[in-house]
Formats: sequence, C-alpha cells, structure tokens
Amino acid sequence: MSSVILRNVVKRFHKFTAVHKTSLEIPDGAFVTLLGPSGCGKTTNLRMIAGLLDPSEGEILIGGKAVNNVPIHKRNLGIVFQNYALFPHKTVAENVAFGLKYRNVPKAEIAGRVQKALDLVQLPHVGARYPKALSGGQQQRIALARAIVIEPDVLLLDEPLSALDANLREDMRVELKRIQDQIGVTTVFVTHDQSEALAMSDSIVVMSAGRVEQMGSPDEVYNNPASEFVANFLGASNILPAQCSTRGADGAVLELAPFGKVPIPAEKAQRLSDAGPAKLVLRAEKLQVLPQGAAPEGVITTPATVETVDYQGQTVRYFLRLGDRQLQAINMIDDKPFEEGAAVQIGFRPKDCSALPGEAE
Amino acid sequence: MSVEAREARQPWILLSPALTAVALLLIVPLCFIVVYSFWLRTATGADQPGFFLDNWAEALTDPFYRDILINTLKIAAITTLVCALMGYPSAYFIARSNGNKAILLLLLMLPFWISYIIRTMSWINILGVSGALNSFLLWTGIISEPLQMLYNQATVILGLVHFLLPFMILNIFVSLDGIDVTLEDAANSLGATRWESFLQVTLPLSLPGLAAGGLLCFVLGAGTYITPLVLGGPRDAMFANLVFEAIITQLNWPLGSALSLMLLVVLGLLVAIYNRYLGMAQLMKGLG
Repeated sequence: MSSVILRNVVKRFHKFTAVHKTSLEIPDGAFVTLLGPSGCGKTTNLRMIAGLLDPSEGEILIGGKAVNNVPIHKRNLGIVFQNYALFPHKTVAENVAFGLKYRNVPKAEIAGRVQKALDLVQLPHVGARYPKALSGGQQQRIALARAIVIEPDVLLLDEPLSALDANLREDMRVELKRIQDQIGVTTVFVTHDQSEALAMSDSIVVMSAGRVEQMGSPDEVYNNPASEFVANFLGASNILPAQCSTRGADGAVLELAPFGKVPIPAEKAQRLSDAGPAKLVLRAEKLQVLPQGAAPEGVITTPATVETVDYQGQTVRYFLRLGDRQLQAINMIDDKPFEEGAAVQIGFRPKDCSALPGEAE
Repeated sequence: MSVEAREARQPWILLSPALTAVALLLIVPLCFIVVYSFWLRTATGADQPGFFLDNWAEALTDPFYRDILINTLKIAAITTLVCALMGYPSAYFIARSNGNKAILLLLLMLPFWISYIIRTMSWINILGVSGALNSFLLWTGIISEPLQMLYNQATVILGLVHFLLPFMILNIFVSLDGIDVTLEDAANSLGATRWESFLQVTLPLSLPGLAAGGLLCFVLGAGTYITPLVLGGPRDAMFANLVFEAIITQLNWPLGSALSLMLLVVLGLLVAIYNRYLGMAQLMKGLG
C-alpha cells in the first residue's frame, strides 16, 4: 500500500494538452475520485499513474519512489478497466490467477489465493466458467478480483461501473466500497458520475479541461464549490451575480437584487478576497418554493412565477422566472407540487449559500 | 399457405440463384469429371466410355505422381509457413496503426489490380540472367558472371509467397483487429511484459485468423500451376501442372480427371480436418 503523488505533471498529445500542470497527493489507503466530464483529463491522469502513458513533464511517485521510468508490468498496480478486459480465452480462475504467475507465487498457493479473491467478490463458484458465461456485473467483480488478488500497491478503477445498468451500479458501488475498506488499498477511481463520486470517495478531485478545479472531501466539494464549474457539475446550482459590500473576519455580505442583503458565513466566503463584484452560489435543492405571502423565519424571500414543473416522484424540479432570470429549484413534494404559471414566493437561507469572486463589469 | 410455411420457404427462394449457379457451374461439371475419370483413352486417341479403373490405378500407384504430390504439399506447406511468419508482423502493424488503417489496407489490395500472371512474370525481370539483380551485382563487381537464380524450387516458393501473402495478412488482420487492445494493457498491468502478454493473450486470440489464412494459402498454393510454370524448372512441376499436361497437352481427359480428383480429395481432407479445428476456433471466437 502506497501513496500516489503527481508533481507538476503535464501530458501533451502532439499539440493538444490533455493535462495541464497538475499536482496531486493521494494519501496511503485513501479512496480518491477523479471526477469530470469526458475529455477533462481524468483518464489521462489515471493512465499516467498506471504507466500506460508517459507524462510529457513532471514526476509521478508511488510509495515515495519516482516511477516515471518503471514500466507498467513492474509497478504492481491493480487496474479495473471500463470494459473489464477479461481474457476471453481463459477461465475465470485462469483470469484471476494471471497476475500471480508473474509474481513467483508457488503453484500450490495460487489456487487458494484465487479462491479467496473470488470469495471476496462473492462469486466463489464461477472459477471454471468462461467470462462470456457471466453477466456484466459478475464480469465486473471478476475484473476486480483479478486486480486485487496480486495485492497491488494502488488500485486504479477506470469508470468501472459505467457499463452496468442503474440498479446494479448502485449495488456495485456499495460492494466496491466494502471491498476497498476491507483490504485498505489506496484507490484512484475515475468517473463522470457525480453521485458515484460523492457516495464512495474520501476525497474528490474535480477536473475540467485538463486542470484540477478543486480537491476536497465530498462535503466540501458539494457545499463549498471552488468554482462555477464545480458548482454546476455536482448537481444543479443557481449562480447569481451580486455585489459584495462588506468582507470581514466573520464572513461577507452580498447585495443580491431583488433579495437584498445576504450574509455569507466565513467558511463559505473564503474565496472572496475583497468587497466588489461577486457571485452567489445557491444549490437548486436549497432554493425553496413557497406559497405566496409565506415568510419562514431566517429565509430571504421574493415573489416569482413557476415556468416549468418537472415531476420526479419524490422530488419536483421547478424552473422559476424571476425578472429576466431563470432559476432552478429542487424541492421535496409535500402534498402537491405547484402548477405551471403559479405565482409563488421563493427563498433561501443565507447559510446555504456560498460566494465566489465575480467578474468586474 | 400458412405463414410458417411461407417463412420457411423464404430463405430457399433467396438462395435459389446462388444454388442454381453452384449446381450448374460446380456440381454438374464435377460430376462430369468423376464420370470421365472412369473412361479409358484408347490408342487411337478416342475416349472409350465405360467403367474402367485403369486411370485410378495409374494415378494411385505410379511413384511419379506420388512424388509430385508430396512435393506439391511440401511447397505449399513451406509457402504457408513463410507467409505466416512474414504476414503476422505486417498484420499486427496494420491492426495497431491508428488513423491510416484504411490506406494500409488499400496498399495491401493494390497488387490485386495487376494480373497474377504479370506479377509472377515480373520476377523474371528481377532475378533473370539479365535481370535487375544480376545487372546490379555485375555493376558493383561482386560477381563477374550472371547468377542463375531462376527456375528452381526457391523461386517457385518466392512467387507463391508474393501471390499469397496478402491473403494471409488480411485474414490475420481481421482477427487481430477484433481483439480489444485493453486486454494487452490488462495483461501488462498484471505483470506480464509486452512479449509475454502477446504470447498469452494476443497470439491465442488471433489463432482463428492465422488458421484461416494458413488454410487459404495452403489450398491456393497446392492448386497453383502458373507459378511453377513461369518460375520453376523442369523438375519443379507441381500437381496441377500434371493435370494441365494430361488434359491440354496429351488430351487425355480421363487421366487428367482422375488426377484432379485426387488433388481435390487430398485438399478436401485438409479442409475437413481444419473444419474440425475451426469448430474449436469458432468457439474461442464466440467467447471473445
């Protein structure tokens, strides 16, 4: 088990820069997710850690040792590929045993370790079958068993759940986390699915266009996004231009028309250095849609009109018209959702907001 | 007519043009050849219809025919082996090249635009006594007399390899192209070197293509008569040359029929053996 460190890593393909100067530190035993849309460089980073790509610049350290010149087959990593990459001409047991053959594990021991790995992924009886005879979820587990049976220093997961259907994906998510907890291996997980990232990670690295936008715990990244991109990528957010009137030790006060003064707590205003133009980030699920005239304690409100109602069963998503601006709100359904065209009161609590620096006009 | 009966008939209706062509152009002539092979050529040069085993007795017992058959199979086998060894790296290169696959495949097809006979004869201009290679060697002074490089078994094999290599490359390419490249990445990540992962993963998964290319090269090689005719010496005749000789030169259709059926049976057996093996290969492909 080892930490993984990227130091000023850059990856260029011809003239295209896939990863701009990136430094990352993944502590020993952590479950870290690289999250971002396709083309953001997350897979490129993973492939560089794996040794499937060489960085154009910078250094990669695994367990404190620079591995730039260590070929992939000597890095002792377990990789689970998006399409599983099981060897179709070998049985499940042969697949799992593949890595052990190159590690001088005595023959007598191999069978036992293969069985233990199959037990761990809860498929103890499929060793004699061929991968094609297994379902997608089962193949996924075998790919995981094959990667962990070699006791890798680092486990690399390249969108391992994206090929599974929704229900199975959620089961596998729990399963994967359980196995990772059990063996405690440092894990780098690549995904474009924010709910996977939030549910599984100790720490999330949000990437966009080859750069790291933010690294932090799921709670931090979700509730206190470092940029507009992060705010929008992890769920829906309303980003409203505002003016910061006072910036002090206990937070900042933003002037937001037509709501008025919004006091932002210090830990959510740390990216705002000074008074001046700012942006207020308000998550869609924190924007409350209320009946006309309602004014709950501690909620700043203003009248608005419901434009579109997107009914989702347990929750409802409203698109609201506020002057020349459209806002999104995701609310739990209590009794009956508002109807399209209804005049409502919308509001939020200031402590649910965070502030970002705005562009000067 | 019920819907089921109509649906059951449909494939046969669609197949009928092809079946008609195969029946008229292949099965019927083949039956003629079978019948011919039991006729007898009389001293007057006329064919005597009937059921005689003389041609078969001659074809099966004469060591002359047996030796040439063995030689033919040997040349075909060597050609196939050379094609496999030369073709695999090329096929691998094409399958793994990004972007210009289409151009490379087009280049591979290019020789087919020129007649096979012309391509075979072009070797005379290269290897002949006053050919390009001899002229060059004489000019550099390495040799003082032109070398006799043509008209031996080696040039026959060379000509056949030249003719058959694209078939081998195409077949291997098709199976290599179908192999997921992440399988090699996976093998590497588990500790196999590139060479080991090739041997463990890529090679076994490409065997069906190698086998198909091998069969094609062998059958086409064993059945050829142009290459030994153009590039071979008098002692390098292959079995198809005997058939040509019997039918065209000696006008001995009965003997020629028996000989060609003999070759057909030998190669047919080979295909049958391959088919059994392909059953397995196909199974492996199905797993892939």
